[in-house]
Amino acid sequence: MTGQILIDPMTRLEGHGKIQIFLDDDGGVDRAYLQVPELRGFEKFAQGRRAEDMPQITSRICGVCPMAHHMAATKALDDLYQVDPPPAGRKIRELLYSTFMVEDHALHFFFLGGPDFIVGPDAARQKRNILGVVDAVGLEVGKEVIGVRKQLRDLVAAVAGKAVHPVFGLPGGVSQSLSSEVRQQAAAAAARAVEFGQFALGAFRAIVLGNAGYVDLVTSEAYTHRTYYLGLVDEANKVNFYDGRLRVVRPDGTELLTFAGRDYLGHVAEHVEPWTYMKFCFLKDVGWTGFADGADSGVYGVAPLARLNAADGMATPRAQEAYEEFVTTLGPGPVHHTLANHWARIIELVYAAERMAELADDPEITDPQVRTLPTAAPREGVGVVEAPRGTLFHHYQTDERGLVTAANLIVATQNNAARIALSVDKAARALIRNGQVSDGLLNQVEMAFRAYDPCFGCSTHSLPGQMPLIVDVRDAGGALLREIRRD
Amino acid sequence: MTKPKIAFYWCASCGGCEEAVVDLGEGLLTVVELVEVAFWPVALDFKREDVEALEDGELAAAFINGAVRTSEQEEMARLLRRKSAAVVAFGSCAILGGVPGLANLYEGRDILDLVYHQVPSVDNGDGTLPAPESRVAEGELTLPAFDATVRTLDQVIGVDYYLPGCPPPAGLIASAVTALVEGKLPARGAVLAPDVALCSECPRAATKPDKLLVRAFRRPHQMLIDPELCLLAQGLVCLGPATRAGCAAACPGGNMPCTGCMGPTSSVVDYGAKALSAMASLLDADGEDEVAARVAEIVDPVGTFYRYSLPASLLHRRVRPAARDEKEEVAP
Repeated sequence: MTGQILIDPMTRLEGHGKIQIFLDDDGGVDRAYLQVPELRGFEKFAQGRRAEDMPQITSRICGVCPMAHHMAATKALDDLYQVDPPPAGRKIRELLYSTFMVEDHALHFFFLGGPDFIVGPDAARQKRNILGVVDAVGLEVGKEVIGVRKQLRDLVAAVAGKAVHPVFGLPGGVSQSLSSEVRQQAAAAAARAVEFGQFALGAFRAIVLGNAGYVDLVTSEAYTHRTYYLGLVDEANKVNFYDGRLRVVRPDGTELLTFAGRDYLGHVAEHVEPWTYMKFCFLKDVGWTGFADGADSGVYGVAPLARLNAADGMATPRAQEAYEEFVTTLGPGPVHHTLANHWARIIELVYAAERMAELADDPEITDPQVRTLPTAAPREGVGVVEAPRGTLFHHYQTDERGLVTAANLIVATQNNAARIALSVDKAARALIRNGQVSDGLLNQVEMAFRAYDPCFGCSTHSLPGQMPLIVDVRDAGGALLREIRRD
Repeated sequence: MTKPKIAFYWCASCGGCEEAVVDLGEGLLTVVELVEVAFWPVALDFKREDVEALEDGELAAAFINGAVRTSEQEEMARLLRRKSAAVVAFGSCAILGGVPGLANLYEGRDILDLVYHQVPSVDNGDGTLPAPESRVAEGELTLPAFDATVRTLDQVIGVDYYLPGCPPPAGLIASAVTALVEGKLPARGAVLAPDVALCSECPRAATKPDKLLVRAFRRPHQMLIDPELCLLAQGLVCLGPATRAGCAAACPGGNMPCTGCMGPTSSVVDYGAKALSAMASLLDADGEDEVAARVAEIVDPVGTFYRYSLPASLLHRRVRPAARDEKEEVAP
């Protein structure tokens, strides 16, 4: 029986997408295709806009990670106008960026990806959500998750104007200085975030590591790909979200190269397929050889697991301790298990919280000098940050008035697109046999890509909306045998 | 007493409106106690068939965010309209088209050509474009055709209430849900936000001169912005005078000008035209040359005045030029 399965729409994702699965004669999976059915074209309508409006315009690519686009765009403006922020301006940016990373990672672990583990991959669909999480871990924990996020987002709003669609980024710094009251607010939020990070780590240990079935699932071949990894690192090769050099490691963990964001076009390229609006990034240094893992394929990964793989550790003590436990348990060398992204995400949450605390503790952060006014004529600028979902590149060219003439955006999920496609295909192969498809199995296929926390809204700069999820089973002649819809 | 059922749905949006709902924080748990959330795809695994199974009008309200761009979104909007006693257009994109509505300045093929052929990172020697139908080794794959035109929700279905903002402020969401639960919603067609200009709630209002005149328009990156003084008085294009209140002047609070996401007050048909005329009335210029100089300082009129509202404007989209050049037409 040759058949076709289409999963449409995926829920609990920030965007649209569908999975089309072709079965072979034995009812096993021939190949699964992940399709992204929308495109918005931010690059096009960026043209003609004022460069200084790009942080606010591009943040509308994604309301879940608006700070990532806002910050990448702001850093591109630094480069465009050849201007560096004064120390306080830079520190305020990194403080808010760290705050955003904590709350975004917390959102993913507890609201989006976490339900798969906390409630269980085979649980009824009505339970696999934040309310199911609250049922499983208790209302107090649920309130703590919501309360921490609120405190963090209130802090962002206090400095950036708004948490969703911040307004504070300008070339050479930020729009306003940090008062000592807000610094105290930041210190309090940071202290709570550090504690929350330890709690999340404990919860992960108890729920996932304490369950042999889950550990087998995480380390199973179905969720494993040996690819290259890319991430920003500081001078000591520790994970950094805000700044640094881009480092690429091979599947065996050795360094392939490092490069500055401005040189991205020398190392990263995008492959186009006719069956999806998503473009697939690959390493130019290795080349595109199709959807394959291994050292001969330019396919690479980004996001929490990739960042940990591309770095030599974490820059803060508690995160480093958690990193060592992670490497001892799943290492040595790069961890290729996609589902380990959930663990890596919490380790990053711990780092971001500790970094918040360091910055809030730094008296220089309240210095009133937060802007360096540009004097150079604008021409071209590139900005790079690590978004929660991976490396994010913004590249603008302008005329002499600072009006954008060309924009190129390579967003986090796009870097991961080929690896996500591999993951979905492989998970489908392992989990669908003899044409047998259950809701729990489909959810496990979805888990393969939910682990990346993919944002298809970001990745095609498409209009995210509900993701259609249809399962079509077709026979060898292409006739429809069965359809399962999830919409 | 049975709890009123409500639905949240997103059409073409960024997810920020959903975040705004989650940002109600503990208030969200309170909302969940007062109402039954029957459909919310971003957070809950419910299916379309669950909505189809409802009686017509069974939902007390559907909160729909995002603009409408695909046939699928249009179908869902129509389905929710049928099942809901009240439809609330939630956020700038549903009401005005929003930032992605700027795509109405271009044709779909221009966007495809740029994204898949022209950008410097693309490696596409054989010029592949995503296609509605494509043949792979295992069979046929289909994609929805790409449509550049963005429509507002009320260009597609009847809308009862409007909850503005990009995203709507938490306070306005909470009062809307409370009014719904208590059966105290205003007359249909109402915008659930104060019907006065943003300046009225701006913390800088006291520093706004009685007779405000702008000698030169300046851009935020060119100057150090005074955190207390009226932004217009500093020469920045702040759209507060043309924009509806309700956000507590969040952007001026972030020391940046208002860009108009709350949209117009009820007396205005075309937000961009209103914003442009509000700025024009502040010009301190003598003679045509000076006026032209001031106007030239506003380097991107479309992106400045129609940033959130192009699909809702009188023009709606790029006027297909017969023999005109690339310049965009802007309402005078």
